[in-house]
Amino acid sequence: MKLLNYTTTYFAFLLLLIITVWALIFYWQMLDEIYDSMDDGLENQKMLVIQKAIKDPSILQKTNFDDGYYTFRKVTKSDKILSHRDQYRDTTMYMLNEDDFEPVRLLESIFRHEDEYYKVKVITSMVEEDDLIEDLFYSILWLYIGMVVSILLLNNFLLKKVWHPFYDLLRKLKNFNIESDQEIHYAETNIEEFKLLNKNVDRLLKKSRESYVNQKQFIENASHELQTPLAISINKLELLLESEHLNEKDISLLADGIQNLERLSKFNKSLLLLSKIENRQFENIETLNINQVLQEIIDSLEDLADLRKINIEFEQQQQLLFEGNKELIFILYVNLIKNAIIHSSKNNRIYINVAQNEVVIQNEGEHSLNTAVIFQRFYKKSGVKSSTGIGLALAKAIADKYELGLHYQFREGHLFLTKFPVNLKNS
Amino acid sequence: MKILVIEDELQMLENIQQNLEKEKYLVETAQTCEEAQQKIGVYNYDCILLDIGLPDGNGLELLQYLKSQNLMDAVIIVSAKDSLDDKLKGLELGADDYLPKPFYMAELNARIKAVLRRKNFEGNNTIKLANTEIFPEQRRVKIKNKAVELNRKEFDILMYLVANKERLVRKPSLAEHVWGDNIDQADSFEFIYSQIKNLRKKLKTHHSALNIKAVYGIGYKLVVE
Repeated sequence: MKLLNYTTTYFAFLLLLIITVWALIFYWQMLDEIYDSMDDGLENQKMLVIQKAIKDPSILQKTNFDDGYYTFRKVTKSDKILSHRDQYRDTTMYMLNEDDFEPVRLLESIFRHEDEYYKVKVITSMVEEDDLIEDLFYSILWLYIGMVVSILLLNNFLLKKVWHPFYDLLRKLKNFNIESDQEIHYAETNIEEFKLLNKNVDRLLKKSRESYVNQKQFIENASHELQTPLAISINKLELLLESEHLNEKDISLLADGIQNLERLSKFNKSLLLLSKIENRQFENIETLNINQVLQEIIDSLEDLADLRKINIEFEQQQQLLFEGNKELIFILYVNLIKNAIIHSSKNNRIYINVAQNEVVIQNEGEHSLNTAVIFQRFYKKSGVKSSTGIGLALAKAIADKYELGLHYQFREGHLFLTKFPVNLKNS
Repeated sequence: MKILVIEDELQMLENIQQNLEKEKYLVETAQTCEEAQQKIGVYNYDCILLDIGLPDGNGLELLQYLKSQNLMDAVIIVSAKDSLDDKLKGLELGADDYLPKPFYMAELNARIKAVLRRKNFEGNNTIKLANTEIFPEQRRVKIKNKAVELNRKEFDILMYLVANKERLVRKPSLAEHVWGDNIDQADSFEFIYSQIKNLRKKLKTHHSALNIKAVYGIGYKLVVE
């Protein structure tokens, strides 16, 4: 649920509660005030009626409300009568106009006239409480609906505007990529909290990017520093290998040592290259004929493929031209094609096709590779000992650099696809 | 043949020196630009191996100085940065070859021999080993005065082994030289074998005095019988 609607829901519940309580209090207060002024009126009328009765004792005979608002009844003197006080009561009376019993307010009092005690009753028509409650209920319902609608409108117009910097930041964070140098531009805002949020997000991102860059730089520096000692060690062992008083066993031990150092060295070289690709621009851009590049690679890997009796078919439906660094494009396809050769079984077929601005490298296989991890560094299919697990990561890094959209598909075999931008020069 | 090796990393310098001495060169060394400049001023060298990243200045400046003195020394520049920039600048300034670090000693030997050959004979030369003659520029081979057809890879293998004759050439070094950088990371170097087998057969059929010996599965050695 969106923040804005979330608060609205709370508001709606809260408003319902507040308005209900308010309505109850208001209702009681209003009723209280109405009774108060009605009772005042009744008292006044009582006094007027008594005065009238004193002047005209004939009305003292009026014992029902048939044509008036008062009645008299003679009462005998008793203690109860003497201690009697004015009494206000709610009662109902048949109203002709409404054809129904309606509530009335009644004042009952006792007064003395010429040593006789009379009970006088004065009535006045009263608020119809059920009508009042109904009216009040509808008014409040409309008020409530009106308020909720206003809040919704406010949220959607005003609050949306107020929260704009926040949503703007969210959108930008969603598109944020730590690898790109793109800066986030924060929306202007006068709101303290958003300013603070922007400031802290900015600080966080800068720090993350800084440590990311540092880490990458560290890998590059570390692998760079490893190169020379590795090369020196290998060279020294090579010199030792040529010494005359070694027996076959020594030589084989030495050779194993060298072989492993060389693996380390190769791995280090790939890691260094990977860091370099990720860390900076490669210059020396030239127009490359991708078909020629592929042909060259196929030729250079021919012996490797022959050894495993793997047949490489190269179909060219189009000549692809591309501006880029030759070395990098070479490494990209060498890794993809070599990968296909190494992971193919004997007598398999590798199919390379250039068509519709796409280069497809396909080799036979029965099960799909795990697309989530194949391009990750150090991902290795078990069983291939000498692979450094970095070849496809390298290919991916290069393809990403040139936005060639390298991806893997399983369609009756393993497919590695790269897509080139549409270029008028390509035919 | 006198070679000056300019390299700031002492251990590396020793390796190169030992290796080149096995090739019967006279080797002088320098670890700084200043030291190198002094030596260049006093002696003549047939070949100078120059590391570009020296602590007291850029090796390219030294190269510039060399060329300004009109010294005929062959210069091979070495750069750890495998930066194409250094390579282009170096070659522009008149270096004869460029070798990126790290390199195999066998590769260094091959490069030095090639540079020296080009310098001394201006491309018009042959390598004669017993009954076998090699014409590097024409990429031709004659055994007992009879031309022998070798394919590109066979010829490259032969040249590389000849440049390192009587020395062990390990498989990865040979693979990188002949098949290029691409082939590394291959799980084995078995693919070398079929080319070696063909080359051996051709040498044998023509009764060449050259023989390619396998050394305990780790490499090959060219011997002149």
